[in-house]
Amino acid sequence: MSKYRSIFEIIGPVMVGPSSSHTAGAVRIGQIARNVYGKNPAKAIITFYGSFAHTYSGHGTDVAIIAGIMKMETFDPRIPTAYLEAEKAGLAIEIKVSSESVNFPNTAKVELFGDKDYVSVVGISIGGGIVQIININGFDCHITGENPAVLVFHKDVKGRIAAVTNLIAKHEINVSHLEVSRHQKGEIALMILQTDEHVAKHILKEMRKIKDITRVIQVKA
Amino acid sequence: MIKNFTELIEICRIEKLSIYQVALNQELRLFESSEQAIYEKMEFQLKAMENSVARGLEGVQSHSGLTGGDAKRMAVYLQKEKSLMGKMLAEAVNNAIAVNEVNAAMGIICATPTAGSAGVLPGVLTAIRQEFNLDRKAQLNFMLTAGICGLIIGNNASISGAEGACQAEIGSASAMTAAALVEAASGSPEMSVEAVAIALKNLLGLSCDPVAGLVEIPCIKRNAIGVSNCFTAAEMALAGIKSRIPCDEVVHAMCRIGEMMPEALKETALGGLADTPTARNMRRKIQNK
Repeated sequence: MSKYRSIFEIIGPVMVGPSSSHTAGAVRIGQIARNVYGKNPAKAIITFYGSFAHTYSGHGTDVAIIAGIMKMETFDPRIPTAYLEAEKAGLAIEIKVSSESVNFPNTAKVELFGDKDYVSVVGISIGGGIVQIININGFDCHITGENPAVLVFHKDVKGRIAAVTNLIAKHEINVSHLEVSRHQKGEIALMILQTDEHVAKHILKEMRKIKDITRVIQVKA
Repeated sequence: MIKNFTELIEICRIEKLSIYQVALNQELRLFESSEQAIYEKMEFQLKAMENSVARGLEGVQSHSGLTGGDAKRMAVYLQKEKSLMGKMLAEAVNNAIAVNEVNAAMGIICATPTAGSAGVLPGVLTAIRQEFNLDRKAQLNFMLTAGICGLIIGNNASISGAEGACQAEIGSASAMTAAALVEAASGSPEMSVEAVAIALKNLLGLSCDPVAGLVEIPCIKRNAIGVSNCFTAAEMALAGIKSRIPCDEVVHAMCRIGEMMPEALKETALGGLADTPTARNMRRKIQNK
């Protein structure tokens, strides 16, 4: 699979400087984390690894991720003052720096909290503002923000993958990439379907009714 | 998707198309959007580029205080003095500096292909469009041509400083813009690809060693050299000069060099210019700010 597909990944994004990987890419990681969480969080813990850990402050990587969590675009002029915006919106922020070694230099973990829900999203910024999500709630994965992805949390029992893919097939949606991971046999597993087109709400609703499916989220492209 | 430059030239030759047409067709095929939608989106990117040039020429200052004001300085100089390198090239250099000073000041730019190298294409395009009588559509086509060349480089090597050092950022920006410049000057697709090879070769091995880890020193001036190198490569290619090493092999060499380069020279701000006594002092001052 090619790293870059659209010309607008090369001529773009239009963004607040100074770094496409450390600023614009960071906005996107924040946006995807917010999408996975599905609502406004009350608290965010952002952990930086690798090159991000060394240089996040000078590149505004922290404000960029906060801006993304607050659904701002890469070219939103409020990015430099995102701490202030977060305070106004009642979003508590904690920044952590980790010296843990990582496979890709620009890695960040975003943890979002609310009343009871929690998600953790690990993203890498691969250059030119393009990002990949490599872990969600402890499950390894491989999603880019470019294609729509449906995350299905389900109990690791026989036939669940078939039930979901049959439903998708029934609605004539093409799956471009499918991955499944689990922590332990029989426990909660995560299935990620990347699709060529958006999956309509009623299909997601139908999916939620399948036995042993605990949560369905569509991450928008 | 076009995999490499050999394939790009082949398609241009067989289907008798310019590079921008191949780029447009690919974008249409992959994303099923309309031609109008693509041009509208490109227009949005071009406007952002123009605004960043204008803002930079007025004079901006970065948050660290390390950079700013040089684009304005050069514009004032060019109005008074006779330029050494000629008006068009000098203006392109000037505009590239402007964009990257705005970038360092957390202003709005269009990453092309990255933010650190965002000045090269807008610098060249805004300086040549009048002289070459490029109407709005032709300017957007210029960006399409550069875009597909950047895609090929990015997919076969890298456009990331952390991965491939500055050769992957300024090198790629300079090479893809050189291809578009050749096309704007009515050169053939083959000449465009030669320009990519020449421009890329000339910046191979360029380290990414930003002072204090910021996209300021030497990034802003590297955009200026990316512009000069772009003109040099395009001019040679238009004269019929060929790269003795084929373009795809140059791209591969760039990729390998990036892999071989030590981490200290790939955006970590641990080596090179970032590790000079003056740079270390600057870093300390910023940290104590």
